[in-house]
Amino acid sequence: MKKGKNSFWEFFASVKLALFCFFTLAIASIVGTIIPQNKSQAFYIQEFGENTAEVFRLLNIPDMYNSWWFVALLSLFSINLIVCSIDRLPTVWKVVAMDNLATKVNRLEKMTPRNRFASAKLLPEVAAEVEQTLKSAGWKPSRREIEGGTLFFAQKTPWVRFGVYIVHLSILVIFAGAIIGTLFGENGSIMVREKSVFSTYFDRHTSEKVPLDFEIRVDDFELTYYETGSPKEYRSDLTVFEGGREVLQKSIVVNDPLDYKGYTFYQASFQAHQDFWLTVQNQNTGARETFLAQPGVEMKWQNAGITFGIINLLQPDQWGRYRLKIWFSDGKGEPSVFWLDGETVVSVERPDAAYAFKSKQVFSTGLQVAKDPGVWPVYIGFTVMLLGLIVAFFLSHKRVWVYLSEESSKTKLLVAGTANKNKTGFENMFEALIEKLEENETLKLSKE
Amino acid sequence: MDSSKLLGITTFIYMFSSVIYLIMFIFRVKKIGLLATVVTIIGLLVNTAGIGMRWLESYQMGIGHAPLSNMYESLVFFSWSIVLLYIVVEFIYKNKVIGAFAVPFAFASMAYASLSPEFSDRITPLVPALQSNWLIAHVFTCFIGYAAFAVACATGIMYLVKLRDKGDQKSLLATLPSLKVIDDITHKIILFGFIWLSAGIISGAVWANSAWGTYWSWDPKETWSLITWFIYASALHARFTRGWGGKRIAWISIIGFLAVVFTYYGVNFLLSGLHSYGAS
Repeated sequence: MKKGKNSFWEFFASVKLALFCFFTLAIASIVGTIIPQNKSQAFYIQEFGENTAEVFRLLNIPDMYNSWWFVALLSLFSINLIVCSIDRLPTVWKVVAMDNLATKVNRLEKMTPRNRFASAKLLPEVAAEVEQTLKSAGWKPSRREIEGGTLFFAQKTPWVRFGVYIVHLSILVIFAGAIIGTLFGENGSIMVREKSVFSTYFDRHTSEKVPLDFEIRVDDFELTYYETGSPKEYRSDLTVFEGGREVLQKSIVVNDPLDYKGYTFYQASFQAHQDFWLTVQNQNTGARETFLAQPGVEMKWQNAGITFGIINLLQPDQWGRYRLKIWFSDGKGEPSVFWLDGETVVSVERPDAAYAFKSKQVFSTGLQVAKDPGVWPVYIGFTVMLLGLIVAFFLSHKRVWVYLSEESSKTKLLVAGTANKNKTGFENMFEALIEKLEENETLKLSKE
Repeated sequence: MDSSKLLGITTFIYMFSSVIYLIMFIFRVKKIGLLATVVTIIGLLVNTAGIGMRWLESYQMGIGHAPLSNMYESLVFFSWSIVLLYIVVEFIYKNKVIGAFAVPFAFASMAYASLSPEFSDRITPLVPALQSNWLIAHVFTCFIGYAAFAVACATGIMYLVKLRDKGDQKSLLATLPSLKVIDDITHKIILFGFIWLSAGIISGAVWANSAWGTYWSWDPKETWSLITWFIYASALHARFTRGWGGKRIAWISIIGFLAVVFTYYGVNFLLSGLHSYGAS
């Protein structure tokens, strides 16, 4: 029984399982990059035929990254990470916490790098100098009188041996964040017309309306272009209201969303409408009024006795410039017919007064709404992962020992060291320590 | 001197430098090694000047942004990263033969950028989605990683070539470093690349979250970068288990780089997704 349990444990702790997970996750992930995701069943039938589409449906291929089998693979990967870490941590802990002053001298005699010296001075004096030299070389030595002599030991960054496990942990933290996001996060979108208010959005998965406990007004949407005709900026001016009171105003653009009460509102898309805000101003009296006008619909400004309308619309070109043909009458003489180019102001002379016309196309802005309490764990995981990788790859646990023994009124020195990584770097460091010992005027070391 | 001229010259210098390294390796002319290094460093300086100039020119055009915004610019930066990294490797390992394998990657990337009719070298303004401080961080981290994997692929190929060495001192394979050394270089470069790739994926995730409201959406580009990450992660873990010798690591470094190329290039043209800025 015990053996069975052990081999079960060993399976989940094995690097082989890790390699299996990497391999299958990589291969499986490819599927979802080739077969378009989250389309309608009709799409798959049309693209791949009825039978293949049915197989896809059974295997959850249309939403494969959320399918039971992909999540099962990720779970297997997580179990592997946890078990392997639990399995190996005690061994690593032992190395980190071990009593290095108990190291046997015959082990030091086999270590590389190692150097042997002799000094004519007595052991206590040599010991004092060695301790001083170790300290001046940046080591923090501890000391123990052992059988046959004195042993010094010093180490640097023993904790870096945990580096690999820090990285493993960071992946689990990221997964935890992702799970929190899936369970408690919200995601959806909404298309809102300029000058209107919304307090709901549509859930991404269920397409159901989700209420917000505050309101947002879309004051304006602006779309600007570069001279080349490529879009320069999508901007929505938003105002947040809580209980009818204005609490926050912000213009959002693609890379600069609005944060409010855990929700984030992103500029995601837009829609141009076939109606226009027309502002008419009597330039003599200064009176002005803005109307919402649609092509082919006659508008009246009662107080001014004016009738007008859009009689033709030329669709926007690549710079978003549309043209409106305006028909305009103040009841005195022939009506005026003229073109309004985009948002430029056009002045019209009439017998009694001059009128200025300005138009602005009406847009809806498409907002992405997201709330993800798992983002912070994920970001913490990201940070820990990068730090962990640096520790695991580039820092090493370095150890040095100096063993002093008295032989025929001389003091013998055995200096040995070891590092778990970057041996060349450690050898240079060790060499520097040896040089310091050799330069010591009191010790007057001779090579053995 | 404008940036396109400088970058055109860079292409020629990298070609020249590749040729010198190859002559040095194939005809065993050790003497020209120094010339190869000098030419490569000059190429790197001209490349740097070209990138800097392009940056400056974009500001003069009033659409200032780091030259990391489309396929052309990224290929140029890719070459720059490869050569910079290679020069560092050459200085650390005091071995110039690697240049015969690594520098041609930089030349190929530059040549593809300048000659391919699909990519325009015109400086274009940034579309709204790219107008973010994350652009520099994301592209920089990714491409340092990609460059490391290109160099690792070069040393991986070198390892497989060296395997055919039968110990004949006259053979040109004798000039290659020993298998142990090549394996060590490949491993260290993969470690280095892995950190940058991780940083690249992470910066991309953080950026995506600040622009689209989700740090991971299984977009083909993201997924392929993760596949690449898995491949190199397996190389790192395989080293800990017995039986995974240098030959397998060499193959992983080649397969891994193919995944890099697909992530970087293939995804833009063969698969559809959010991440299509590089396609122009």
